[in-house]
Amino acid sequence: MSEPGEIIVAVRDAWKAYDGGRVPVLQGASLEVRAGEIVALWGASGSGKSTLLHLIGGLDISERGELRVCGFDPRLESDRLELRRRHLGFVFQLHNLIADLTVAENLRVPALAVGQPAAKTTARLQLLAEQVGIAHRLDHRIQDLSGGERQRVAICRALMNAPRLLLADEPTGSLDEVTGELIFSLLKELAVSYGLAVVLATHERRFAEACHRRLRVRDGKVFDS
Amino acid sequence: MQFLSLILVNLRRHRLRALIGVAGIGFGVAAMLTILGIVNGAIGMFERILATDSHYLVLEKNVSDLFFSAVRDQDSAAIRALPNVATAQPLLFGIVSSPGFPVITCFGVAADDSRLERAEWIAGGRAEFGRHPGEIFLGSRAAEFLHAHLGDDVPIGATTLRVAGILKTENGFEDGGVFLPLAAAQDFFHRAGVCSVLAVKLRDRSAGDAFKRAVEAAHPGLIALENREFNQSYHSFRVMKMTAWAVGLCAFFLGGLGVANTMLLSVFSRIREIAVLRVCGFSELQVAALIFGEAVSVALAGLALGFALGAAVLATLPHIPLFQGYVQANVGLAVVAGIIVTAIVTAVCGAIYPARFASRIQPAEALRYE
Repeated sequence: MSEPGEIIVAVRDAWKAYDGGRVPVLQGASLEVRAGEIVALWGASGSGKSTLLHLIGGLDISERGELRVCGFDPRLESDRLELRRRHLGFVFQLHNLIADLTVAENLRVPALAVGQPAAKTTARLQLLAEQVGIAHRLDHRIQDLSGGERQRVAICRALMNAPRLLLADEPTGSLDEVTGELIFSLLKELAVSYGLAVVLATHERRFAEACHRRLRVRDGKVFDS
Repeated sequence: MQFLSLILVNLRRHRLRALIGVAGIGFGVAAMLTILGIVNGAIGMFERILATDSHYLVLEKNVSDLFFSAVRDQDSAAIRALPNVATAQPLLFGIVSSPGFPVITCFGVAADDSRLERAEWIAGGRAEFGRHPGEIFLGSRAAEFLHAHLGDDVPIGATTLRVAGILKTENGFEDGGVFLPLAAAQDFFHRAGVCSVLAVKLRDRSAGDAFKRAVEAAHPGLIALENREFNQSYHSFRVMKMTAWAVGLCAFFLGGLGVANTMLLSVFSRIREIAVLRVCGFSELQVAALIFGEAVSVALAGLALGFALGAAVLATLPHIPLFQGYVQANVGLAVVAGIIVTAIVTAVCGAIYPARFASRIQPAEALRYE
């Protein structure tokens, strides 16, 4: 559980390039996110929003700069693992669920990673499934769900290990307008209810404006907007 | 959901691919079980032939194969006369042929040989053994495949011998072979005055070392080996065992390649999914364990399939006339354990590269992977 006002994400002067340095993506990006804050990273496609989220989540490693996430350094393998296991959850544009597993089995994956007792996992997944409205779908396979339902499952999975930070990369990007609104509202509602810090990458102004804070990502840097 | 369920889900998802891996290991297991079962059975039968009612075997020193060993009659008589010797049974090995059956083991034995005494006489009797010239005695399986009955004339090599008795023994080699009186065998094989081996039973087994020294001192061309010692040192047994393991291991090697292929395809088709597991908190070790777990599951299923196949083959072979009853499989615990360990090690080795590849998948890069 985070303390109110606690800095959850601190990124200073992060640099990242691809293709051996020929494609610069982040060029000195900095940002800070506090507990309970819902922050939008807003910008055009290719502006570096997803790369910044990946650096924060330890899915990718910055070439330069300082990063602290929930007190951990995501550039260190041991810290990255601990972060992913217990401190942050990811929601992607494409739900990235395991197609051959049922909803419940997908939700158990993060608990499996940390060796959580089955009874505790069951209680947690039932609670979350009810909160996001998929309790009646727990035994269904992913391919039987609609796009909106899949994203609800993905949100649920991200929250399974009670993280302090939620990283959402265009979570409404593959959904129609109405479903996108519903998913965004759900994310906000859950974030408030669990006191989560949320960093949401989006190219849609309406969602960015509905967040507590909106940061513009342009030319590899982050600006207040 | 347990870790195991996740492993099984992956195998279920690509059933055909998993089955190919299972079949690869299964055939390796079946091949090894069959070959080792047959070879160990054959060695066991041969050991029992030699060990019948004896403690020591006396044979020619430095001989490449027992069939070429020559222990002279006078040496046999001298050894038999040693005070600690209870019995000394000469045995002359040879191979005879009959139309359609080019290899039939022939045992030249004395009339008082204990194996004749212990055998179940189906036709004729032990009393007839060696009484008349031109007679042969058949093991029951040999009588079957030669379609011979008591009193029949059977073509053996360039001559014809009359069947004077049919005996059943528990030993497949003896049962599928023919017996000749020692003198007749010596004559038939042009080995007058010699036997291949002398099987010696001592009155006091604890004085075996003294017997051994006495024999080797008095007969420098001979060697006396305790049965166990002979079985361990006999070159032909060692070659047979090593060949069996080598052939079996080759079969496993192919099975291992099958597992490697299965696991590699499994990893390549799930790069994105493995990345998701990493995002959800799976460590490199857990991802590798998932791949090794799949490989071991394939190996276990392969073992079950292979043992079933191998057992079916071993149960069938003795009933095939072509084998003349020589197949009497012997599958000991050591062989079963060896096969299980080899199968699992093969599968794990086959999964090393796929597991290493999977555990090193970088989530960000893999999530971009289509």
